[in-house]
Amino acid sequence: MEKYETHTHDVIIIGAGGAGLRAAIESSAKGASTALICKSLLGKAHTVMAEGGVAAALANVDTKDNWETHFKDTMKGGKMLNNWQMALYHAQEAPERVRELEYWGALFDRTKEGGINQRAFGGHTWKRLAHVGDRTGLEMIRTLQEKGIHSGIDVYMECTITHLVKDGDRVVGAFGYWRESGKFVLFRANAIVLATGGVGKAYKYTSNSWEYTGDGHAMAYEAGAELIDMEFIQFHPTGMVWPPSVRGILVTEAVRGEGGILTNSEGERFMERYDPERMELSTRDVVARSIYTEVEQGRGSPHGGAFLDVSHRGADYVKRKLPSMYHQFMEFADIDITKGPMEVFPTTHYVMGGVKVEGDTCSSTVPGLFAAGEVAGGMHGANRLGGNSLSDLLVFGKRAGEGAAAYASGKSHASIPAELIEGYANELREPFNNTQGENPYTIHQDLQDVMQLYIGVFRTEENIQTGIDKIEALKERAKTLKIEGSVMFNPGWHLCRDLKSMLIVSEALARCALARKESRGAHSRVDFPESDDGTWGKLNFIVAPKDGAMGLETRPIVEMPDELSKLFTEDK
Amino acid sequence: MSVAKLRVFRGDAQGGEEKEYEVPVDEGMVVLDALFYIQANYDGDLAIRWNCKAAKCGSCSTEINGKPKLACKTRMDSFAEGETITVHPIKAFPVIKDLVTDVSWNYEVSKKIPPFTPAEDTEWVMYQEDVERGQEFRKCIECFMCQNVCHILRDHNRKDAFAGPRFMIKIAEREMHPLDVLDRREFAREEAGVGFCNITKCCTEVCPEDIHITDNGIIPLKERVVDKYYDPLSWLLRKVKGK
Repeated sequence: MEKYETHTHDVIIIGAGGAGLRAAIESSAKGASTALICKSLLGKAHTVMAEGGVAAALANVDTKDNWETHFKDTMKGGKMLNNWQMALYHAQEAPERVRELEYWGALFDRTKEGGINQRAFGGHTWKRLAHVGDRTGLEMIRTLQEKGIHSGIDVYMECTITHLVKDGDRVVGAFGYWRESGKFVLFRANAIVLATGGVGKAYKYTSNSWEYTGDGHAMAYEAGAELIDMEFIQFHPTGMVWPPSVRGILVTEAVRGEGGILTNSEGERFMERYDPERMELSTRDVVARSIYTEVEQGRGSPHGGAFLDVSHRGADYVKRKLPSMYHQFMEFADIDITKGPMEVFPTTHYVMGGVKVEGDTCSSTVPGLFAAGEVAGGMHGANRLGGNSLSDLLVFGKRAGEGAAAYASGKSHASIPAELIEGYANELREPFNNTQGENPYTIHQDLQDVMQLYIGVFRTEENIQTGIDKIEALKERAKTLKIEGSVMFNPGWHLCRDLKSMLIVSEALARCALARKESRGAHSRVDFPESDDGTWGKLNFIVAPKDGAMGLETRPIVEMPDELSKLFTEDK
Repeated sequence: MSVAKLRVFRGDAQGGEEKEYEVPVDEGMVVLDALFYIQANYDGDLAIRWNCKAAKCGSCSTEINGKPKLACKTRMDSFAEGETITVHPIKAFPVIKDLVTDVSWNYEVSKKIPPFTPAEDTEWVMYQEDVERGQEFRKCIECFMCQNVCHILRDHNRKDAFAGPRFMIKIAEREMHPLDVLDRREFAREEAGVGFCNITKCCTEVCPEDIHITDNGIIPLKERVVDKYYDPLSWLLRKVKGK
């Protein structure tokens, strides 16, 4: 076969957003030779788009806040389906992880006393989100990037990993290609951390960047790892609606955190009907369904959304606290949000489901394979609270880096059979050799339409089944793809493998959505509108390959110990 | 729906030429949408970097009708009806393929800048007015368009001597961090070549984040360097201490 490069490390980390960077910093600090592999240039990962803030019970603004309350908020937001161990570590460790960023040079917005300022967000009892205006993700990724490049990590940019390589049960390497040259590359490693983010590009309207094609989910699945609770995908209540070119771009929850009000075409503040207590700052699942319902029932804005208005806070305040939103609407939609309302509608934002990991070290069910951040599942249960993803990636990025370095320590590298690699290479080159076949862009667009239509905010057995049938048909079509051009920086070719990942993830999403016959968090079944705590509320769904097809089973949730469950009964 | 004519550079390090495409234009569409249309309908291998399509990641810097722009932020309705739109790679960096250039030099420079260094016994208290100067520079999305228009890099290719505006504000940000204790003035002068900048402000004009690169970053940095090197008292001290 054609020649390829080989690199050898103790630990390799796939994905260089917040979780990947944090994992790499920790792995390297523990003495492991660490590689960080990114699909894009360093610092461009999806974390850069996070806006509103990072949730941590620092208690700088609301001094009553503590980890217990953050833990309870997270579990309640996730409808008690969360991996409680993860939610616990997350609540306890987030404050130190945020302070650490400050030690590494981050400049968060300040309180009058000179501490890190915190803002209100949906589902959080207290003002809890540390932030920098509405560009918190950028601040975090720059801080981690800076720390990372001075930590002795080897960074490999614009490199796509396509296959995890196994020796017996355990993963021993990763294979892929350089985007620029199209040449192949093999990384040998004793531990691998997946930090590849989410899957939003399977949908037509999404706040996610192009990288969100579910690579980590799909590669873990192909390597035999279990995925958990894939039916839960978060539709962020507020994406842009108009013009069509920007439909789906995120409108930060900070707009509501800073006092933004939602109204329908009749001028009614409709959240009064859906959640009178928390109103606009209800959890994301509730607000998304409310906006969707208003539009469905004919009370939508001119372009089919709801109105979101923060102009009453005054132009100076809005421009200072929400500068990106101000520019985003001004430049893309000719709308001045300091003078009038925006139009918003739910947009695909975040997948709660993911690689099943245990909370201590983020190890998956495949030895040597770890996962952190959005690609990992369990932490957020059925619905994620805003701000908890940035804290998730810090807390579990660190734990995964630590876990992977410890696992890799003292192990020797396995030999990797040449035939195995040749097989992967041939599979990847196939679209160049096919004389006939489908255009990957066309199938991608068709998949996005299917997911948008059939596996959306509201679901029924009939439409999910239709979705599954259509995904099956797309899988068939995607078996023979044809592309043009050379192997050099060829986006059409890149899409071929990304498409395969998206099809795996879409199928998992749809199959789990069909099987969960209740409504819980982000999963809303019109035919089963109630939550069934006694039955479904006690079950996680597990997806893994079985006899050449996608296997799905239920597994009882792990009950939390008494001292924690007591926290919830004390409330009542 | 109207139809726009685009002339897009197709080629690699060995050379190339413009290729013409016709693209239907929808309301609010941006140049990046037009490039996507070309990929999906004409040339699937057209190379362009992009990530967020929301002007937050700084990946899709190109030269549109000769001007450095983010393709995701440049609206098709900003051109006159019937106007041909040319799209080229940014000029200051070597072409890899089509609209993708080799920007790796920027990452090498970035790594050389001494990192944030707090005192060992730092008390972590900072006030809003103290962090705001640094926050302005930290808005940078690393689109490298300032690097692209800086004539020291673009026309004179002095990448050996001048780190460029992006990294001037990075040094400035560290220097202005309220809790940083390191002195980077020698680095700014000797390694980063702050003296090369002659304040034409081209960088400030193209910054999509409206960072006042020259006024708030480079000029104060120059002043700090001048204070160190041309202050008669420091000069005398250096003479006496022999450094």
